[in-house]
Amino acid sequence: MSLRLQAQSLACERDDRWLFRDLDLDIRAGEIVRVEGPNGSGKTTLLKILSGQLADYEGELFWDELPMRESRESFLSNLLYLGHAPGVKAALTPLENLAWYQALAGHELSEEARLEALEEVGLAGFEDVPAGQLSAGQQRRVALARLILTPRPLWVLDEPFTAIDRDGVAALEQRLVAHARRGGCVLVTTHHELTPCAELRRIRLGGGGADEFI
Amino acid sequence: MWAFINKLRSPKWFYAISARLQPWFWAAALILIGTGTIWGLAYAPADYQQGNSFRIIYVHVPAAFLAQSIFVSMAMTGLVFMVWKIKIADMAATVMAPLGAAMTFVALFSGAVWGVPTWGTWWMWDARLTSMLILLFLYLGVIALRGAFSSRDSASRAASVLAMVGVINIPIIKYSVDWWYTLHQPATFTITGRAAMPMEMWLPLLIMVLGFYSFFIALVLTRTRSEILRRESNKHWVRELAEEVN
Amino acid sequence: MNLSESSLTKRVEMVREEPRSGLAVAVWATLKRDLVLLLRRRSEVLNPLVFFALVITLFPIGISPDPALLAAIAPGLLWVAALLAALLSLDSLFRADYDDGSLEQLLLTPHPLALLALAKVAVHWLLTGLPLALMAPVLGVMLALPAGSYAVLAISLALGSASLSLIGAIGAALTVGLSRGGVLLSLLVLPLYIPVLIFGAGAVQAAIFGDGVLAHLAILGALLALALSLAPLAIAASLRISING
Repeated sequence: MSLRLQAQSLACERDDRWLFRDLDLDIRAGEIVRVEGPNGSGKTTLLKILSGQLADYEGELFWDELPMRESRESFLSNLLYLGHAPGVKAALTPLENLAWYQALAGHELSEEARLEALEEVGLAGFEDVPAGQLSAGQQRRVALARLILTPRPLWVLDEPFTAIDRDGVAALEQRLVAHARRGGCVLVTTHHELTPCAELRRIRLGGGGADEFI
Repeated sequence: MWAFINKLRSPKWFYAISARLQPWFWAAALILIGTGTIWGLAYAPADYQQGNSFRIIYVHVPAAFLAQSIFVSMAMTGLVFMVWKIKIADMAATVMAPLGAAMTFVALFSGAVWGVPTWGTWWMWDARLTSMLILLFLYLGVIALRGAFSSRDSASRAASVLAMVGVINIPIIKYSVDWWYTLHQPATFTITGRAAMPMEMWLPLLIMVLGFYSFFIALVLTRTRSEILRRESNKHWVRELAEEVN
Repeated sequence: MNLSESSLTKRVEMVREEPRSGLAVAVWATLKRDLVLLLRRRSEVLNPLVFFALVITLFPIGISPDPALLAAIAPGLLWVAALLAALLSLDSLFRADYDDGSLEQLLLTPHPLALLALAKVAVHWLLTGLPLALMAPVLGVMLALPAGSYAVLAISLALGSASLSLIGAIGAALTVGLSRGGVLLSLLVLPLYIPVLIFGAGAVQAAIFGDGVLAHLAILGALLALALSLAPLAIAASLRISING
């Protein structure tokens, strides 16, 4: 399976300040790429650019060696993005929240799959509680259930460990590694230190440019 | 065409070329507006119905023309900015908005002044004046939206979209206001609604219109140049320029 | 969160996803989700209606209770008040989605954003514009609106408020990223509402005078067709800008 996200001389200028420039990236199947950098160094912006949300950047993006313009639809159907905000509606139950995501992803609406995903993220028994009554960590888990519910090869995760307890963090970390080993690809920002493993690669942002080290 | 578009990408190139262009437009504006004013105020014949008060037309009509044209050019530069990401286009759009609002205000104000001798009141819900008032609100909306964003990139894009939405709506607004006006026709005539102006009257008007357009182009060039310096103040070539001046 | 080994081996082969065709499913799910959300927060549906009634109550108090006078200005009053009531609810159209992050997710589906946004606007109209249109005749009675124009009032409001929702959604999309977008939204949107107001109130007046109702309604329909074809694109573009921050 080929899976490749490339960026060539990527640069982003925000109001006369270069967040990063001349950034070359080559992200392939089987990798966990952690984007690092101090606050305000453009981690979230980079993730948003790489997930196709922002258009005001310089440089080229390629998905499967095709320019992003041409392959956008195929790219989006292979992407799962989790942002800062979990994207969970407080007035809807976890089951209803996931039903919407299932439909957006083009999957068959299956309550069984949703129950299974919720159980796996440790929300068994909370399926029908309005998400607003859940804790922040539990809401985050509802969002994380999408990783199981709608499998996609490319995961772009912005601070996915926020508000999650220690067991949850360990399990999520394990899940990322397992995803990479199965040929998936993970792009992640986090303040949480990931356990070093063969799949992990780091990209450091900050200071106007980017230096990549392994 | 592509070569030209690529050149437009460079603010430095625009800064150089506009330096050569702007004196010509300023000179043309000065001469045309000067001629038009003297001709229109002193030599054109008085209107048989309105007397001398009709001479406000030499300010009102060019300002009204310009008010609409500026909105269209603002939408066009916005489109250019959105499609080709040409920053100059956005800088021009930025300086056009207050200029257009000012022109709309001039048109409204001169219309109101004209209303005193014609209708005996400062304000009449005349079709043209009503459309102008709505246009002023559209301008204020674009300016307010641009000012509301903290990120300039987003501000520029948002203002461009709004200008384009506005420009699609302007003809619709204009026609619906005209329709509305004919339905509620008050017993007066529109101030500039009559055709068949004698040549001695409309020739100075034409000169004034051309003069206003030259003035607009000259002012946009000059103000875009200072906008370039402001936005590119941390760029190498601007610093060099500043050192030369010092 | 227990990562059971079975769940991983179950989908060992990581198939590349081809773009799926489930656009209708996605649009339907968005419609349903927004309907459920609004029906769970019923006050958001009721507030514009109460506002409408309240504003209409202010006019006889502020002007005069004389039925003849009220009847003369009733078409315009009803239309302006309904327009303001619809405007009131626009600010929240995308804001909740923006705040909780679901707007980002909406932008990242392979489906055309314009159509998904259209689904949201449709829900807004269904729960704001349509109820306002149905309520207007009742308030018309209170303003001594001449007989024979009640049906036209409701129809013109139903048609016109759909355009209002579409045009207003552009403004809502442009201001959703701004912390205090409410007043700005009105400033952006109200001038664009004027043609709809002219032909909407005009239709009711034409019904009173007994001529040209169909022409007015036809133009309202034409405006709606234009808004339907262009506004979703502008909404989508605006949402993409707003998500930039």
